[in-house]
Amino acid sequence: MLKTFFAEEHEIFRKSVREFVAKEIAPYTNEWEQAELFPREIFKRCGELGFLGARYPEELGGGGGDYWYSVVWGEELPRSGCAGVNMGLMVQSDMATPVINDLGTREQKEEFLVPAIRGDKIAALGVSEPGCGSDVASIRTTARKVGNEYVINGAKCWITNGTRADFITLAVRTGAEGYGGISLVLFPTDVKGFKVARKIKKLGNHSSDTAELSFEDCRIPARYLLGEENQGFYYIMMNFQGERLIAAVGAVSGAQRALDETIRYTQERTAFGRPILKFQVWRHQFAELATEIEAARWLTYRACDLYNQKQDAAKEITMAKLFAGELLNRVTDRCLQAHGGFGYSDEFHISRAWRDARLITIGGGTSEIMKEILSKRLGWG
Amino acid sequence: MKILVTAKRVPDPEQKVKFKGNTLDQSGVNWQLNQFDEYAVESALRLTENASSGNARNGEVIVVSLGPKDVQQQLRSTLAMGADRAILVDASDENLDSEIVARTVQKLVEQERPDLVLLGKLAADSEANDVGQRLAGYLGWPQATFACSIEVTDGGKALLVGREVDAGVETKKVTLPAVVTVDLRIVAPQAVKNGVTAATHAYADGPRYASLKGIMAAKKKTIADSSLAALGVAATVRAKVASVDAPPARKAGVKVASVEELVQKLHNEAKVI
Ligand SMILES: Cc1cc2nc3c(=O)[nH]c(=O)nc-3n(C[C@H](O)[C@H](O)[C@H](O)COP(=O)(O)OP(=O)(O)OC[C@H]3O[C@@H](n4cnc5c(N)ncnc54)[C@H](O)[C@@H]3O)c2cc1C
Repeated sequence: MLKTFFAEEHEIFRKSVREFVAKEIAPYTNEWEQAELFPREIFKRCGELGFLGARYPEELGGGGGDYWYSVVWGEELPRSGCAGVNMGLMVQSDMATPVINDLGTREQKEEFLVPAIRGDKIAALGVSEPGCGSDVASIRTTARKVGNEYVINGAKCWITNGTRADFITLAVRTGAEGYGGISLVLFPTDVKGFKVARKIKKLGNHSSDTAELSFEDCRIPARYLLGEENQGFYYIMMNFQGERLIAAVGAVSGAQRALDETIRYTQERTAFGRPILKFQVWRHQFAELATEIEAARWLTYRACDLYNQKQDAAKEITMAKLFAGELLNRVTDRCLQAHGGFGYSDEFHISRAWRDARLITIGGGTSEIMKEILSKRLGWG
Repeated sequence: MKILVTAKRVPDPEQKVKFKGNTLDQSGVNWQLNQFDEYAVESALRLTENASSGNARNGEVIVVSLGPKDVQQQLRSTLAMGADRAILVDASDENLDSEIVARTVQKLVEQERPDLVLLGKLAADSEANDVGQRLAGYLGWPQATFACSIEVTDGGKALLVGREVDAGVETKKVTLPAVVTVDLRIVAPQAVKNGVTAATHAYADGPRYASLKGIMAAKKKTIADSSLAALGVAATVRAKVASVDAPPARKAGVKVASVEELVQKLHNEAKVI
């Protein structure tokens, strides 16, 4: 494929993920969407195959690979046509755990990261709350230090994998108001006082569980603090980089898939005596979308390249998340339109792709927040 | 057991291919390992491991391919699945026929002295289905083609090979060394029994995926380069492609009003019942 970034071994990895997705995910997605959950064993299978820790160190059970392995993983998963499953797995591999790898002590890694890489423990990331999402600096869940423990009180909302996570990488307030008083802790969900308050019904991503969680005098050992106290806001922003980048990678791949499927459909479907694709409006529409997808792909690859080289990629990542996210919505919307009535039915993938896509400009930081970040970064915000 | 497995890269069967005259237009082709060869690799791995004890290796699997340098990737993917080493014989597809391939593998067999040569029953591009048969002839070894099951027997001295034939399953006993070509069902969960892995062990259906660990380990495994000249194989192509034609376009069908009409048409017009 693209020799610039993907070497032979990445392509072999791609083959494994692609076959796994085709054989062990795609055939079951209707069932899991209905059940509003996918089986826990999927985490285990992905763990066995090394998918959940491609770029974590080998001594922790990871693959020791570079970021392009994660890119392959992020590109191949959307081929299942089911963003819910992808999101559950992505939270595990690229959202809730990177910060443990970056900051965790040996002990914390052994207890949380190693079983997460193996797929034995399910991970969640707990930042958003019922009262705040975009405004991370305003979180109100508190962790009071009492002796050798933190006592946690509060609530989290929209937590992916939340109904069954074994641990949560959790943002809490340990200090004063504002961004300077936030810390990250590792929170095992078998602690007394922790409750899944409700499972949230959603527009899309049905196979992924999204939960509201409540914490009442939950005591965890102080050694579960990640990094330094009151540095959490900074860590969360750092962690967001990887989360946003992999979201952009998935969005580009999902857009490509939607377009490819729609081209196939419009080649076969006829109206007024010819295939829909033979109408110039549609051919031109698809040419435009293909161009935009290509542009999004290269912006995203540029961000991946910088990120892989551990250079500052915040601007490029923010742009990629903004552009690819908005594009995925546009692509799925136009592709649904090209399907006509079937596009609105459950019989074609495109209706699910369309509703699942809606999340991408909201989760992991909204498009508006991306623009805020960019205008500041570019010096006029 | 030491096993030599053949592997050919073929164009992705799902992709539309283009021809320049009688030769494949290689630009833009997505290459992949021939499915039946992938099954052969999987069978070889199942024969040489103890799946009841963490897939501990219990033999050697050497994968051989003839093709251009790029075939490295397909060979490396078999090493990532678990094969031990590979040999790449430099050649271009246009300058090969079944005869040259069989003679080349024969030379490699004489060098490597395996107990068994496993091949896919055919390559999905040319569908010639004759390399295994020719090879067995040249070696003077027993052969069993289209294997749907393999069981090691006589304390490792012979194989019981199941073959799906029209009337059912035929079982052949071949003494080693032997040549076996495999069919689709060889990757069924219990199709291969090696006498070491518990007989009750059930594999996941299909060839295994290369795990990330396998991929990383494969980076350190060797792919030895060879050539027809080095092996002393005459490179004269004797089977030439006379012409390549696309299958005729499908004609429009007809709608039938009733089952009776369908039966009547199948009987009188199509003459299939
Ligand atoms: C399915 C799903 C899964 C999720 N998974 C997780 C998870 O696993 N972990 C987690 O922590 N969170 C998760 N989230 C939460 C997600 O990150 C938030 O929804 C998101 O950050 C937006 O926050 P909010 O919902 O509070 O919206 P709000 O912050 O209330 O925003 C409402 C609107 O106001 C706009 N707005 C806000 N600030 C500004 C501004 N400064 N300028 C202009 N406009 C602004 C926003 O763009 C948005 O349009 C998930 C959400 C969903 C829907």
